[in-house]
Amino acid sequence: MNQLVAVLLDGLIYSSWLFIIAVGLTLIYGVMKILNIAHGSLYALGAYSAASLAGYWINQGHAPMGSFAVMLVAAILVGLIAGPVIERGLLRFMYGKDEIVLVLVTYAVFLILEDFIKLTWGVDPYFLYQPYSLLGSFDVGDLTYPVYNLVLFGAAVLIGVVVAWVLTRTRQGKMLLAVIHDREMSAAMGINVGRVYFITFTVGAILGALGGALTAPMISVQPGIGAETIVLAFAVVVIGGLGSLPGAALAAILVGLVRSAAVHYRPELDLFSIYFVMAIVLIVRPKGLFSIQEARKI
Amino acid sequence: MDGNFSRPLKTAAAVFAGAALTIVCATGNAQDKPIRIGVVTFLSGPAAGPFGVPAKMAAEAIVDSLNAGKAPAPYNTKGFGGTPLELTIVDEAGGATKQVTELRNLIERQNVDFVIGYISSGDCLAVAPVAEELKTLTILFDCGTPRVFEEASYKYVFRTRSHATMDAVAGAMYLLENRPAVKSFAGINQNYAWGQDSWADFTAVMATLKPDATITSSQMPKFGAGQYGPEISTLLQTNSDVIHSSLWGGDLEALMLQATPRGLFNRSQLVLVAGEPYLHRLAGNMPDGTIVGARGPNGVYAQKSALNDWLRQIYKERAEIYPNYPAYSVAMAFLGLKAAYEKARGAGGGAPATDEVIKSFEFLNFDSPAGKVMMKLGKGHQAVTGTAYGTTRTVNGQVTVGNVKYYPLEVVQPPEGVKSLDWIKSGMKPGKW
Amino acid sequence: MKRDLTVRILIGALIVLLLAGPLLPRWAMFLINVSLCYGLVVLGMMLLMRTGLVSFGHGLYYCLGAYAAAAHEKLANLLGEIGDSSSSALIRGLLRLPKLLVDSLTTIFGPYDLVVMIGFSIVITGITAWILGFLLRKYRDIFFAMLSLAFSMILYGLLVKTSALGSSDGFNVAAKTLFGIRIAGTEFERYVIFAITVVTAFVAAICIHRYRGSHRGRLAEAIRDNELRVEYMGASVRNTIHINYVMSAVLAGLGGALAAVSVGHIDPEMSYWTTSGEFVFVAILAGTGNVLAPFLGAFIFETIRSFAYEYSPNTWQMALGITMLIVIMFLPGGLWSLFTRMRKAA
Repeated sequence: MNQLVAVLLDGLIYSSWLFIIAVGLTLIYGVMKILNIAHGSLYALGAYSAASLAGYWINQGHAPMGSFAVMLVAAILVGLIAGPVIERGLLRFMYGKDEIVLVLVTYAVFLILEDFIKLTWGVDPYFLYQPYSLLGSFDVGDLTYPVYNLVLFGAAVLIGVVVAWVLTRTRQGKMLLAVIHDREMSAAMGINVGRVYFITFTVGAILGALGGALTAPMISVQPGIGAETIVLAFAVVVIGGLGSLPGAALAAILVGLVRSAAVHYRPELDLFSIYFVMAIVLIVRPKGLFSIQEARKI
Repeated sequence: MDGNFSRPLKTAAAVFAGAALTIVCATGNAQDKPIRIGVVTFLSGPAAGPFGVPAKMAAEAIVDSLNAGKAPAPYNTKGFGGTPLELTIVDEAGGATKQVTELRNLIERQNVDFVIGYISSGDCLAVAPVAEELKTLTILFDCGTPRVFEEASYKYVFRTRSHATMDAVAGAMYLLENRPAVKSFAGINQNYAWGQDSWADFTAVMATLKPDATITSSQMPKFGAGQYGPEISTLLQTNSDVIHSSLWGGDLEALMLQATPRGLFNRSQLVLVAGEPYLHRLAGNMPDGTIVGARGPNGVYAQKSALNDWLRQIYKERAEIYPNYPAYSVAMAFLGLKAAYEKARGAGGGAPATDEVIKSFEFLNFDSPAGKVMMKLGKGHQAVTGTAYGTTRTVNGQVTVGNVKYYPLEVVQPPEGVKSLDWIKSGMKPGKW
Repeated sequence: MKRDLTVRILIGALIVLLLAGPLLPRWAMFLINVSLCYGLVVLGMMLLMRTGLVSFGHGLYYCLGAYAAAAHEKLANLLGEIGDSSSSALIRGLLRLPKLLVDSLTTIFGPYDLVVMIGFSIVITGITAWILGFLLRKYRDIFFAMLSLAFSMILYGLLVKTSALGSSDGFNVAAKTLFGIRIAGTEFERYVIFAITVVTAFVAAICIHRYRGSHRGRLAEAIRDNELRVEYMGASVRNTIHINYVMSAVLAGLGGALAAVSVGHIDPEMSYWTTSGEFVFVAILAGTGNVLAPFLGAFIFETIRSFAYEYSPNTWQMALGITMLIVIMFLPGGLWSLFTRMRKAA
């Protein structure tokens, strides 16, 4: 019984993290039909900026609690700078190209940013350990969990609710949904599609960086974290159905629980648990859990 | 069939022989032409921070110091026997296939005379036959897999550090000496060859030394996973006496960061096979009493000597911290090669041919900052040393090691001709050396 | 006016490479050798791309081909053992077949004959692709790409788990003989492997060139443009895709097997998604205009990477990324479109 609780709790914590890293990716795909590999770099940029700025803050002797605010600001700054630079400087010249070509464009951006990160921060990991245990811990049965895990869970729920609310309840969001549904018709109705793209990509970039910033206190920020993360985020988004927000949430929960169960009961299966889930979901539902039926062009 | 190939091949052989002759003559005549050494080490990726870059900085510091003739005796001649050294540094990232290509380029396009390199065991296995084919003396300086010389024998390939078997053997011995009542143990190791081998060796040694201790769990997270929540929960629930881990670098830091607040190390004694390179970074996150290895008497375990003082000094001038074990590994490679080269050169002779260097390198004994190194395994191509383990203690915010115990090579190394796992399973009888 | 010179160029390239091989510096010969192996995989990718499908998991067959070649004895034994545990006589017989074949060929040529290794990898990749094809032929676009990726990552995971095959370290490979004639350790070992690679690439290129011109080959582009119309015309989209998929997988397996003996070492990294990503990268870089394009693209890619490694060891990824962007921006049809443009201008 105790172990089952641990499986569920560990799974949910991991799911929260998966959702946070996947939400920006699925948003950008939904609106722009770009599977953005550079999302991994934005994640890494967010993590590096948060770790180095918050580390500086703590070393300067400021109140450690303030480091959370510093991390948040760092992530938003990264998104606000990198998002527009990539979208205005590069992607807008590429719209209308094949989806696969767009994937490669973002792959090229990913490669460039990988080296940019290396040149900026070097190869030594950034180890920001203070905030993780700052909030204390709580006990479940005989297991102890840091409260920071709850923060992660809360952040995932908050991000999901806010994005859903903006999409369905605000004028901007409704315009966005219109663009998702039919780009040409929306443009004909007077929606500035270019502006919608710009805003979406920037928001997606901020979400990516935020994912990195929220992860930074739990790990040691090292080279290569972007590449590790982007495949996971891809898998979650594809399992959920590309571009679907509830799909991403459900997929994150599914993958999180499966991985947690694998680690607890069959640790040797952990390595490919996520790809098994992806293969099985795609075999049963070829376009993911939540997918929009498209009319076939004749 | 044979005849079809022979004509172009003879032409080719003639061309190559001519080219090779020119190169040999060139090096033979010009005494001032530096000896070019290719160094292959991780400059990017997760292994760069803990291993690759320290090794690179150590290589540069050593070459500068050797060229200035400032190293202590017996290494106080300038360069190698008076000829200065020149470094070419290549990134080891990108996998074994790319490394094979890069080694060919390094040797044939950049014309290096010797190669010192390779941290990843996969790369070491892959490049060894290529070095052999290209007839270039290559020293594997940091990889650990015993497979290199247990599965094949080479003429041009040397390894100047011990293979990884002793890490598990000495680790288990040290653990049982300090905690003889161990009843259960679990492991958390990365899911790739290094992690799997470390765990397999450790369980085999424990089965021999302490057959009644049970294995409670073996966690194998993906390399670079970074998040160990479910793994830590599982380990907590096993309530094991001991947790064995071969994690390193960022993954190790992440594990310590996530496991310490959850009290894992209050329940279990931690054994870190390769914890040494990041000790200085883990202050505050490394519980006192953790058993830590440095894969040889390197780094914090290196005993005081003129050579050790020299390495610590020249490294600190460059890197601002004291050298860790990869820096010692690189030092062993350079000093071993220097010793062999100068022995082959003899008194007042010219630059020795590669074959002569090889002949004097085989079964060579030489001094290093980590003590005596003997090329005794793999027909004189594989080094053996003793090793050391210790226990951590935090003093004034610095992680230090105490209760250090040194293990002589007889008790931790299988003798020539015996495969590591067979030796462990048959009771680890000290061999004749 | 526009005559197709492809076959002539291919024959010319074959002769030049075979003759020039021994005269080249060995690093250059190796570079060409590896590029040709890569080119074979990309040739397969091109076949798929003509139907509008891009696989992010072609590393699956590249890796499988390499492992099948290098561990053909172990694999054949394993299949035989799986067969023995089955109750159906048919399955038992079928799964014993590879072992029978390998054993009899080994007695003729001796162990690790290059031809046996390559043949075995063709059989294994072909059968695997044929089976997976029934599933994958239903998928399009990004879903095809991602399901392929999932399969290749599962193979990666399996290999990393298998310590008998060296886990993530992999193991060394050497072809001992060619048709029973010893090549391992001889001075012409590299050249023999180079020549075999050149000839294989030549044969593959000629076959695919012929296939592209055939009725079914031409269907590929029609499928990319509009599947439904192809179906209305009475042609089977699924079958065409399935055939192209198997052919493309066999080419990738061939590339993997030859890469294994050329490099002399294999590891699971060959099945990792970044390897597959590189194949897509080269395919786009090269363009799908002609069977020569993949080989040229692979050669340029390998050369850029090799020199980027040497001259900017810290920023070689950046160099690759920028090259990619330039090609996509200014040469949307890939590098091959440079040649077609030149010919139009002439």
